Amino acid sequence: MEKIICTCKHVNPVGTKLCEKCGRPLTTEEQEKSVVDMRYDGIAIRSKTHNKSIVDKIWNFFSSVKVGIALIIITLIAASIGTIFPQEFYVNVATEAEKAAYYKDIYGTIGSLYYNLGLSDLYSSWWFQIIVGMLGVSIIVASIDRGIPLHRSLKNQRVKRHASFMKRQRVITEGQPSEQADKTLDLIEQQMKQLKYKVRREDNALFAEKGRFARYGPYINHLGLIIFLGAVMLRLVPGFYVDESMWLREGETRAIDGMDGYFLHNDKFILETYDNDPQGEQLRQGVNVVAKNYQTNVTLYKQKEGAIAGQTSDLEEVKSYEIRVNHPLKHEDYSIFQMDYRLNELKVMHFDLQNKASEKSLGAISIDLTDPEKEYIIDDQTKVELALYLPDFSGFKDGVPQTASPFPNNPAFIFRMFTPETPEGETSFVSIGQPAMEPLGNNQYKMKFASVETRNMSGLTIRKDKTIPILFVGGIIFMLGVVIGSYWNHRRLWVEQLEDGTIRLAAHTNKNWFGMKKDLNALTTHAHLPQYVDQVEEEQEQKEKEGDNTL
Amino acid sequence: MSLLQLSGYLLFTAFVCYLIALVLFGGAIKPAKVTNAPASAEKWGKLAITVTIIGFIANIGYFITRWIHTGHAPVSNMFEFTTAFGMFIIGAFIVSYFMYRVPALGIVALPIAILIIGYAAMFPREISPLVPSLKSHWLAIHVITAAMGQAVLAISAVAGLIYLLKHVNLKKDSMERFFLEAVMFSLVLVVGFIVSSITFNAMGYSATYQYTNKEGKTGVIEYHNPALFGMNEYVEVKLVDAEKKKYEPVVEAEQSFQPLAEMPPIVNAKKLTTVVYSILFGTVIYLLIRLIGRRSISAIAQPFVQRVNSSLADEIGYRAVLIGFPIFTLGALIFAMIWAHEAWSRFWGWDPKEVWALITWLFYAAFLHLRLSKGWEGKKSAWLALIGFAIIVFNLVVVNLIIAGLHSYA
Amino acid sequence: MEKKKKRSIVRGIILGVLLAAIVYTVYTTATKDKIKILQEGSQAPDFELVDLNGETHRLSDYKGKGVFLNFWGTWCPPCEREMPAMDRQYKVFKDQGVEMLAVNIAQSDFEVQSFISNLGVDFPVVIDKTRSVQKAYNVGAALPATVLVTPEGKVKKIITGEMTEADIAGFLESIKPE
Repeated sequence: MEKIICTCKHVNPVGTKLCEKCGRPLTTEEQEKSVVDMRYDGIAIRSKTHNKSIVDKIWNFFSSVKVGIALIIITLIAASIGTIFPQEFYVNVATEAEKAAYYKDIYGTIGSLYYNLGLSDLYSSWWFQIIVGMLGVSIIVASIDRGIPLHRSLKNQRVKRHASFMKRQRVITEGQPSEQADKTLDLIEQQMKQLKYKVRREDNALFAEKGRFARYGPYINHLGLIIFLGAVMLRLVPGFYVDESMWLREGETRAIDGMDGYFLHNDKFILETYDNDPQGEQLRQGVNVVAKNYQTNVTLYKQKEGAIAGQTSDLEEVKSYEIRVNHPLKHEDYSIFQMDYRLNELKVMHFDLQNKASEKSLGAISIDLTDPEKEYIIDDQTKVELALYLPDFSGFKDGVPQTASPFPNNPAFIFRMFTPETPEGETSFVSIGQPAMEPLGNNQYKMKFASVETRNMSGLTIRKDKTIPILFVGGIIFMLGVVIGSYWNHRRLWVEQLEDGTIRLAAHTNKNWFGMKKDLNALTTHAHLPQYVDQVEEEQEQKEKEGDNTL
Repeated sequence: MSLLQLSGYLLFTAFVCYLIALVLFGGAIKPAKVTNAPASAEKWGKLAITVTIIGFIANIGYFITRWIHTGHAPVSNMFEFTTAFGMFIIGAFIVSYFMYRVPALGIVALPIAILIIGYAAMFPREISPLVPSLKSHWLAIHVITAAMGQAVLAISAVAGLIYLLKHVNLKKDSMERFFLEAVMFSLVLVVGFIVSSITFNAMGYSATYQYTNKEGKTGVIEYHNPALFGMNEYVEVKLVDAEKKKYEPVVEAEQSFQPLAEMPPIVNAKKLTTVVYSILFGTVIYLLIRLIGRRSISAIAQPFVQRVNSSLADEIGYRAVLIGFPIFTLGALIFAMIWAHEAWSRFWGWDPKEVWALITWLFYAAFLHLRLSKGWEGKKSAWLALIGFAIIVFNLVVVNLIIAGLHSYA
Repeated sequence: MEKKKKRSIVRGIILGVLLAAIVYTVYTTATKDKIKILQEGSQAPDFELVDLNGETHRLSDYKGKGVFLNFWGTWCPPCEREMPAMDRQYKVFKDQGVEMLAVNIAQSDFEVQSFISNLGVDFPVVIDKTRSVQKAYNVGAALPATVLVTPEGKVKKIITGEMTEADIAGFLESIKPE
């Protein structure tokens, strides 16, 4: 392999810009600059050094920061496109056809196009995932490529650097100290130690350094990001992630979706609003009412050890809890959230057995729609038999009444009424909002609808996410890395005292030159040094002056 | 005096203080050509920052009294959040002033904060009770941290604007010059919005229309300015029974200003009308400024920043991103995820506000990488800082008001 | 040279792992909706339910017999249509070591009772009050759904939708003990 041999005889890998040992600029590009590029301390970034096989080519592609930035920008643009219209999961329709119609009806042709291009489900599209995946690869590869050589170079820093390196730093000083020239290096050491720098000396050279760990910040935060992305991916592995939802009516006990062996009983659903006034109708329509609280009081049950599905006679109570928004029920890895509600589903219907002519009541019956009975006895000669119950009456088919669902949206009944006057019984078909039908001839008696009792339903979401701790660790590592990389700076100072007492000084910091200069100001005073020069600023001022002249 | 009134007065005091401080900062820079310049400038500067701090203390007073009065952190609607954002910008500016002692920062940061607070004041200031999902201590933690992060990031845009005002050659026609003036124009548009809102409010204008929304349901909407654009299938109505919320169409003779055009249901014509008025008023104000100043706004502002050290301005811009980025990440992403996991059962749901927080974050990540690895400093970096701020403002204004989602305020 | 080769291999491995991760992610997301907990060939989850006569039926008690599990509801017309055919075939196969169980999804006793007596079918009907069996068998909203369980207790086949009498006969034949 090719190597670059510096004048100081140190052998550097191909691609090195500044000699690893003495700091001499090795490329003509660096030699021509008045201030050298110190971003990676002039080390050879691995991917740039050789370029051979296909693996290396792919590697080099992902190692490039340019590619990384391009991927960030592409992700950013793609993500923003997804917010133009609502995403599918925020649209309350079930089937594909309904979704297509929704986007077409509401947003017109553009909406239709948006849907057909798959932009309405952009974030779970294969191409969006691939972009994010490539971003992940880029983070890993670029970090490996830069992090390892940078670490090596920072670990093996020499005290003495060559003049051509020193002179090409941004902030430099060269000249005689105004006082105590023989003690200058001691004074510098003293001052820099006071400023909490680590100081090393070698012959007539001095090297002071502070906050080196700040250089590792970017690599630490990249590690955090990778852990985070990894955890997100892990959710797709069976067993790590459960996301189910269920409707639970007041009084019901149901097996919990995704939570084997557990049952949930809905004791009560509570909706509280801020205004005390609205009631009844207004509440139902939700007019001008700001909700204060959605709450489901539940009891969590567990099957006995070794029990099988359907064995629900001896459930063990685990706990009672009031599930509210922001206060999910937590048990083991699972959380149960209050997400939705529906009010006023029919629960009990009250009827009066009446004489049609006199409207005299023989007695009342209550039908619990969740558990209707075969007969309702009023006294020994008077009773009502329930021949048929249809919770969601949807019309007749071949003369037989049908139900569209098991839910009491539109209950209908076939009653057989027995009274002292009609011991043979009379049959009546009763449904909501329709006059009763009397299929077997005119009746003397009727079932007069009296009132209803209702119950509410809670929409609950059951979530288990075993990746949360990993996400958390990733997040913490990321924050740690960002803070280290942003709030601390790596400051370095190289000093050499020449034979004639001249001090040659060069300073570098990866950021916050303002802070570095504050340190240098203190040093200049303490060690009686000549005023330092900021070569970048000087150059800029020069340019501004020239600019002024041309105007 | 109730706590709420006190809170209102304190906010007004803060607002006035910022206006005075702005003038004083102008003085801190202006006497540059006078012989005893440095001493005088320092005196003005000291006075200016003192008034700013007094204003900031009053502003915090507003925040705390409102918090005590409502019982929740006053960041739960557009007015409260935007005011808090303006306040944090002032806070971030004060900190940066003591770090770098650059009065020119005040010349740019104060007007931006004043505009933001003025903009906020145009939204309903009533106290709205919290819906269940907002009832959490995470409301304070998440929103305040996110707003602080955005405020620090805004300082980078302030420094960027200073840098550009100094470095863009205003005597030569260029894209740069055009866009810089466009930035100034957009600031004037905010003034246009404030002036138009105040004007129509003072006139007490009101007209009510019934319309059909995109789901085919009818709704009622009240305009506070003459409707340039009507909602879908609009009919002007008036309230006849407040109790039952009954409306009846208005007879033609009694009709107020009728819309010039009817909009399809996906366009909120009321908001569109407000936007168009803001542009109209803003443009008039802009033209007036140009007419009186006989120069572009950039050129008017340029002398104030002429003496700023360029590399220092560049550095402040970079440093603000370095400091703001972690705070923003913590507040707008990490705390947001923790709260979303409690309230909505998932830590991330691709809600538009979430997505735009992610976009902001990705943008500043790109900013840092461009600066670190590609050496984008100076003008390039300053432009990026301005774009970043534009994204933050977009997330505040457009995403809250136009794109519907879980975070919508109006 | 040796070092360079080693480096290429390491890079290849890293890239390979990352590629696999991306492919896995995309693939799993694309097929997420189609994954079923219960698969043909897997062990049929054991359960215990009570029928309309108060008798307890436990799946594991039928080891050595084939079990024809039919999930249904009164609101489901195809369920209603296939039941008489099921009943006829039940009478043919019940002495050949095949059991039939109709599992109603969480309806009231009255509804199920009156529905079944109207149809006049004789196979045992159980009610899954807490929907726990429905969940264990991953039966969704689409009814009827039929699960064939072999004498060894394995899931032989899962059928969603209405069956003809010939289908039913064939299915019952297929789970007959040898």
